[in-house]
Amino acid sequence: MASEVILPKVDMDMATGKISKWFFSEGDTVRKGDVLFEIETDKAAMEIDAPADGILRDVKGGEGVDIPVGAAVAWIYGEGEAYTGAASPAPAALEAAPAPAAASPKAPSATVSAPGAQDGAVRATPLARRLARDNGIDLSGLAGSGPHGRVVAIDVTSAMTTAPVPVAVASTGPAAAAIPDAVRAPNDALKHFAEGSYELQPHSSMRRTIARRLVEAKSTVPHFYLTVDCRLDALMKLRAELNASAPIADGIASYKLSVNDMVIKAYALALAATPEANVSWTEEQLVRHRFVDIGVAVSVPGGLITPIVRQAQAKSLSAISNEMKDLAARAKAGRLKPEEYQGGTAAVSNLGMFGVRQFAAIINPPHATILAVGAGERRPVVDDTGELAVATVMSVTLSTDHRAVDGALGAELVGKLRAFIENPMSMLV
Amino acid sequence: MAAQARAAQADAVPQDGDASNLPFIYRTYSREQLLAALHRMHLIRQFEEGAEESYMRGLIHGTMHLSIGQEASAMGICMPLSKEDQITSTHRGHGHCIAKGAEVSRMFAEFFGKTTGYCAGRGGSMHIADVTTGNLGANGIVGGGLPIAVGAALTAKRLKTGKVVVCFFGDGANNEGAFHEALNMAAVWKLPVVFVCENNGYGMSTSTARSTAVANIADRAAAYGMPGVIVDGNVLSDVAEASHDAVERARRGEGPTLIECKTYRYRGHSKSDRNRYRTKDEIEDWMNNRDPIVRYEAQLQEFGIATRGELDAVQEAVRQEIAAGIEFAKESPMPELSGLADNVYTAEVSR
Amino acid sequence: MNAPVRELSYSQAIKEAMAIAMENDERVVLMGEDIGVYGGAFQVTGDLVERFGTDRVMDTPISELGGAGVAVGAAVTGLRPIFEFQFSDFAALAMEQIVNQAAKMRYMLGGAVSVPLVMRFPAGSGTGAAAQHSQSLEAWLGHVPGLKVIQPATPHDVKGMLLAAVADPDPVMIFEHKLLYKMKGPVPEGHYTVPLDKADVRRQGRDVTIVATSIMVHKALEAAGQLAAEGIEAEVVDLRSIRPIDGETIIASVKKTTRLICVYEGVKTLGVGAEISALIAESEAFDYLDAPIVRLGGSETPIPYNPELEKAAVPQVPDILAASRDLVRGAR
Repeated sequence: MASEVILPKVDMDMATGKISKWFFSEGDTVRKGDVLFEIETDKAAMEIDAPADGILRDVKGGEGVDIPVGAAVAWIYGEGEAYTGAASPAPAALEAAPAPAAASPKAPSATVSAPGAQDGAVRATPLARRLARDNGIDLSGLAGSGPHGRVVAIDVTSAMTTAPVPVAVASTGPAAAAIPDAVRAPNDALKHFAEGSYELQPHSSMRRTIARRLVEAKSTVPHFYLTVDCRLDALMKLRAELNASAPIADGIASYKLSVNDMVIKAYALALAATPEANVSWTEEQLVRHRFVDIGVAVSVPGGLITPIVRQAQAKSLSAISNEMKDLAARAKAGRLKPEEYQGGTAAVSNLGMFGVRQFAAIINPPHATILAVGAGERRPVVDDTGELAVATVMSVTLSTDHRAVDGALGAELVGKLRAFIENPMSMLV
Repeated sequence: MAAQARAAQADAVPQDGDASNLPFIYRTYSREQLLAALHRMHLIRQFEEGAEESYMRGLIHGTMHLSIGQEASAMGICMPLSKEDQITSTHRGHGHCIAKGAEVSRMFAEFFGKTTGYCAGRGGSMHIADVTTGNLGANGIVGGGLPIAVGAALTAKRLKTGKVVVCFFGDGANNEGAFHEALNMAAVWKLPVVFVCENNGYGMSTSTARSTAVANIADRAAAYGMPGVIVDGNVLSDVAEASHDAVERARRGEGPTLIECKTYRYRGHSKSDRNRYRTKDEIEDWMNNRDPIVRYEAQLQEFGIATRGELDAVQEAVRQEIAAGIEFAKESPMPELSGLADNVYTAEVSR
Repeated sequence: MNAPVRELSYSQAIKEAMAIAMENDERVVLMGEDIGVYGGAFQVTGDLVERFGTDRVMDTPISELGGAGVAVGAAVTGLRPIFEFQFSDFAALAMEQIVNQAAKMRYMLGGAVSVPLVMRFPAGSGTGAAAQHSQSLEAWLGHVPGLKVIQPATPHDVKGMLLAAVADPDPVMIFEHKLLYKMKGPVPEGHYTVPLDKADVRRQGRDVTIVATSIMVHKALEAAGQLAAEGIEAEVVDLRSIRPIDGETIIASVKKTTRLICVYEGVKTLGVGAEISALIAESEAFDYLDAPIVRLGGSETPIPYNPELEKAAVPQVPDILAASRDLVRGAR
């Protein structure tokens, strides 16, 4: 019996997906677990494995075409299994069929997709299109409840209130109710610029998602900011020592800690020590997290994404460091799985490598805090004895969701963070 | 002119004492009126020659239907009409328009598509009309003006305006249903209308002999219980006399008359006519032996009303009037594109 | 507008309007076939000839082309004729005068004349008169700039619009559905006018806009009543005029309801509904559509004689119900 290869649902609220790349072609022999193709979603690319051993047949999910979730995109035939050719036309895939056998095992593949899906067009009413356009909703991600799978207005309006988010658990996020006018009338901006003085670049799904999420966060979360300076000399010293003592295997050090890895750990420990601040605000209740999952902002082509270091409070520095390397690399390649970037209880954003001294970051709901980390730099300081000295100092700014984390609590949290950074050995015990 | 014509009879013409033997117009109209008629006939001819020339120079677009050779018909019919009397005209209607009193400068302007034209550049040759001198319009539809003339006559009768309506049409129109319906209604209601068929022998290329079951179009009057009169359409006095009788009958409330003016057009049907349906000999015979202006001028000289020199002076005056008219048209402004929808309705209607 | 209001039939309302117009203005004359002592093919002019005499209530010969042309000529020169066709189908005989003359004369002559002419066309099916006496040809004339084309649906409107038409300086074509003649409704006494270019929202609703013409307004209202019981609130727009079309009212309604059904008796293809659909598709209301536009028009056939076939050839209440349910519940 031939195995059906479907376009799997790989993201919440995903109705259709695009195959961005096939790694095998019609007639190729594949092994179960081989990466067959890659799906592109709003936020990342997903690799899909072959479900069985055999010969790939009837490859019909074209690259770059919107395909409904669950639709057959190919079949895998067992070695020696009779193949009678595609029941439905699949021009690119059709080869000379071996022999017209009586029983075709795979009639279902003829019934592939919903109308409109294969030519890349989304079937939607003008009203639905306008609402989606005005509110930055990507129609291709919506399931149409209208006739023939047509996306109608109600599908868009419900997407506006339960929109999937790139780095958050939607159910606990704040309701995305009002969309400010500023994002509604984007083309008004054009009137300020002379024709020919610009070119227009269409928004990517990621750009739209980032825009929507940030507007939502900045306009619904009451931000409160706390800045402290941390002496970094001790941490730099410890980092050098630890890196120097990293075991070498095959000529490669088993870890190489960055300052950021150590800030992640320090912040995780500070949160673990301040459980009232390791929370998420929802309208109904406060969510108190048992673990500290730190989202770390990673800049990627066309935007940014926030992979999560789970239970960072319990992980060793080297584990955090290696995990971050892997996550960052895959984030840049667009290969994160949704569970690797969705959720989290707090976040760290570091622009120190760009020489930024200090900044305030926007909280990423459902987080209640985000730590903005500036550059470690040599600054004049007054030491304990009252003498002027030079020290390496790093300014960090904590943004808190004031609904969940008050000023004093925030101050307590950021104070504990500074303590961990300035006494880094305490992180190791 | 009708009232003036009657008043003029006292001093109407001639020298040798026995006026009663002279043709109708010489008994009826003053020397000035007769020369004015000649002036208008020249005006018609030179206007059309000027229009033809301008057309060939590319100053006029579309097409036009010239009535050169038919001037006596237009002028003779209009001589007994007052300014208030009305006419409906045809696609070959420049002569009617001028004979009824229009200014050639504004006609040229219309042909040139200018705002100063009688139709503000919206009508052109085929819809030329000077409503202020009683012309209800040339008509691009063969037979289109016939029922309209009857309607105008109905108004005259109902509102007791005393107006008479002359309906010009060609031989081609006499085979349209509208001709029969219009004549019937005008007769039934005894309306003050005069039907004037200018039979120039051809409906486009098809001769009356090949298209019409009766020998004369005037014969059809009998079917509608009205007088049918046939005249030589190239003899001004004969035409004017027939018109005079019909107009008077209409004014008396006795109903319509059908006049058939036998005439000839020298030019083709329109500017795209290759003249394949008639011979050169036929055309030249009409031009050389029966030209209405030549014949009228000959009579004017014969009856001692004007000398050759005086006649030449009329022609020269017309030449200057035509030149000035063309100049006026050339210099007049083109319509604004924004006025495209003007006068689709009397009051603006927004879509 | 405090005049007493009584119940009059549609044809009585027309007759009353014509009588008022004739009393007010000597120039108003009625013309048509058998409109005198016979009283008109549908008894609309009735006994007007007794009040106004044969000079003002003129029987014409059976000459639609000539008669129409006489009306045009009379209008241009100072009368205000109201010309009655026995059946709107006979407009085909008079098209030359209506389309080439009446509609264009003012334009062709650069505004030198007006054509204050009213023509009345008894139209529509339902009388068993079959193919040559049952058509709805208003779209033909609606295609011609220079004409105004109206389809009053009630006794109130036909009186007011006819009086407005008589006062209007341009040719106004009135299409009167024959099945409306006996329909009764409130009609104020005396002179009043109803605009020739305004649609009327006959029933408010939020779920679907039904734009209907002439007798279809009543079918749409009947359907809307039944739909309300099912929880579907249909807004019924009586178009009243197809030239000019009151786009503003339709657009506003569709923006509100997000769905549009056009109901008209004329043949569906290239008809009034096509124009309304295109108008919406071109307007800002396009971006408010949450369902495809639906046209319910006459079948692509001549009107048949057999009464059941005849009914099947034009939209009926169940068709409007089905289309509305489909649209609102998302079956289309």
